[in-house]
Amino acid sequence: MLINDGIPTKEDLAKVTPTEERLAKGPVSIIECFQKIPCNPCVKACNRGAITMPGTINDIPLLDDEKCNGCGLCISLCPGLAIFVVDKSYSDEYALVKLPFEYVPVPEKGQYACGLNRAGEELGWFEVERVTSGGKKNKTYTITLKVPQALAMEVRNIKVGGYK
Amino acid sequence: MKQVEILVVGGGPAGLCAALSASSLGAKVLVCERDDLPGGQLVKQTHKFFGSEKQYAGDRGYQIGQMLLEKAKSDPKVEIWTDTTVLGIYEDGVVTCEHDGKHVKIKPQRTVIAAGAAEKFLAFPGNDLPGIYGAGAVQTLMNVSGVKPASRVLMVGAGNIGLIVSYQLKQAGVEVAAVIEALPKIGGYLVHASKIQRAGIPVKTCYTILEAYGEGKVEGARIAKIDANWQPIPGTEEDIKCDTICLAVGLSPLTELCWQAGCEMAYIKELSGHVPITDDYLETTVPGIYVAGDVSGIEEASSAMVEGKLAGLSAAASLGYGVEAAPGLQKEAMEELDELRAGPMGERIRLGLEKVAAKGGAK
Amino acid sequence: MRIEEHPVLDFERGEKFTFFYNGQEVEGYASETVVAALHAAGIRQLGTSPELHRPRGLFCAIGNCSSCFMTVDGEPNMRVCVIKCKPGMRVEEQKGKGVVRI
Repeated sequence: MLINDGIPTKEDLAKVTPTEERLAKGPVSIIECFQKIPCNPCVKACNRGAITMPGTINDIPLLDDEKCNGCGLCISLCPGLAIFVVDKSYSDEYALVKLPFEYVPVPEKGQYACGLNRAGEELGWFEVERVTSGGKKNKTYTITLKVPQALAMEVRNIKVGGYK
Repeated sequence: MKQVEILVVGGGPAGLCAALSASSLGAKVLVCERDDLPGGQLVKQTHKFFGSEKQYAGDRGYQIGQMLLEKAKSDPKVEIWTDTTVLGIYEDGVVTCEHDGKHVKIKPQRTVIAAGAAEKFLAFPGNDLPGIYGAGAVQTLMNVSGVKPASRVLMVGAGNIGLIVSYQLKQAGVEVAAVIEALPKIGGYLVHASKIQRAGIPVKTCYTILEAYGEGKVEGARIAKIDANWQPIPGTEEDIKCDTICLAVGLSPLTELCWQAGCEMAYIKELSGHVPITDDYLETTVPGIYVAGDVSGIEEASSAMVEGKLAGLSAAASLGYGVEAAPGLQKEAMEELDELRAGPMGERIRLGLEKVAAKGGAK
Repeated sequence: MRIEEHPVLDFERGEKFTFFYNGQEVEGYASETVVAALHAAGIRQLGTSPELHRPRGLFCAIGNCSSCFMTVDGEPNMRVCVIKCKPGMRVEEQKGKGVVRI
């Protein structure tokens, strides 16, 4: 369970995962934040107002996935590194997963990195479609991985180094 | 004897914010910091901070430390003495310190003690072997000195410090074998735990360390699952090969100066140890002595900053500065603290503070 | 080992020089504490305990705990975790309690 090991369960994820219909339409954010902690940078991060926190800063953020266009600005601004963008409309075979990355070395576009799931298990080697730096102050990279559709909700990290 | 309006002991987040808020009302402040670089625990924090914009959420800890220090250094009413350890607070109100290799006496009109906290230790066989470090120590080595502190670490404690230091170890290229936690639940933020789990670092609750072993240094540890009575369950022992064991088992407020100054103290378990009794304005039972930050109760950097702000305002206001502005600013700071503590993670602190309030205060 | 590449931090180490640990030359940088420079050189045992002569090392690295006492330039019981290393400094492993010179 999440409170014992930090790994969100299917039930936890169901609360924040958009519908298949919305996922098929285009990229969308998935905020894997399940605990009430005092934290609200995600609200300011979104310039479309898609993330709200109606109560206090301790509440869990709410995503309006109709307002969200999956631009991914929020990914590198969440202090908990808990936000991902999934684009299931990429192609029939592949989806894109955008994830935050704060390690060295950073992979390069076109290289293959080993994708990991929420338990750190290896899922295969996937192409790095894009690498965006967060900038000099932010320093959090956003890595876009091309993964098989079936793994779009599984891949959430990459193994550091060894890129092919 | 150096005459000073407000003396701030400790140049960490609480101390720097106290100096800045006191100065903003017009008071002159001397900050005494024992390290050569002020910023306290902020200097080692490479991760992005939580809270709200008011506490610089989203900025990395060390960036916040640099920003606060810059503000303090460029403030003409704030003087900072680094490499200066405050040694004692005496009955006549004199504060002594070691500054520039000399024993210096200071006579402050008001004092804000923001001395922070120290890491707790854990008793287990082999716990004196070289290679058993506080989690903060490992942070200092890697984030301040840029030295790889270990090759493979066993982290004991899954509070925020244990979780985030494990992440920082991985960022420094150090392998973390596991994070073990005796309690059945992870005490720190779950997003930290999620981050390290997906990096391949297991987090195991209901586990304890049985012993550390090695020839003259840590070579491994034995851990085991524990039952509801904290007893190791036979058959669950595991051997963890590692060269370093990090203890992230809590902090204790560094309250020596408060004791010496005669502040009324109480053991408050929710605040992690003996803390001074304070009123809502953070004044202790010794008039003119205030506290802020971890020394008043173990919490977070975000609340340390706001407590510092409040204590600084209170100290300055009591000297007659900012008579118009102070009450409103103090109220704002108290509301900010309430906001930070309003959620479930703040429950323990709220309980601890209620106990402090119940024991009375300066006013 | 010193960290060469870090995802967040850039280390400005300052001037490089050597100092002495038990008579051997060790590399140090102006920004480093003695204990950091010793760690970079792979030295983690800093002394021995007073009664049972068990090996001792670092614990808190911030000047609180006294686990790191070494003799520096002849002066015993120095907290090497908060002392910056300097060129030519003589750092010696301390066996138990140091002898304080008066």
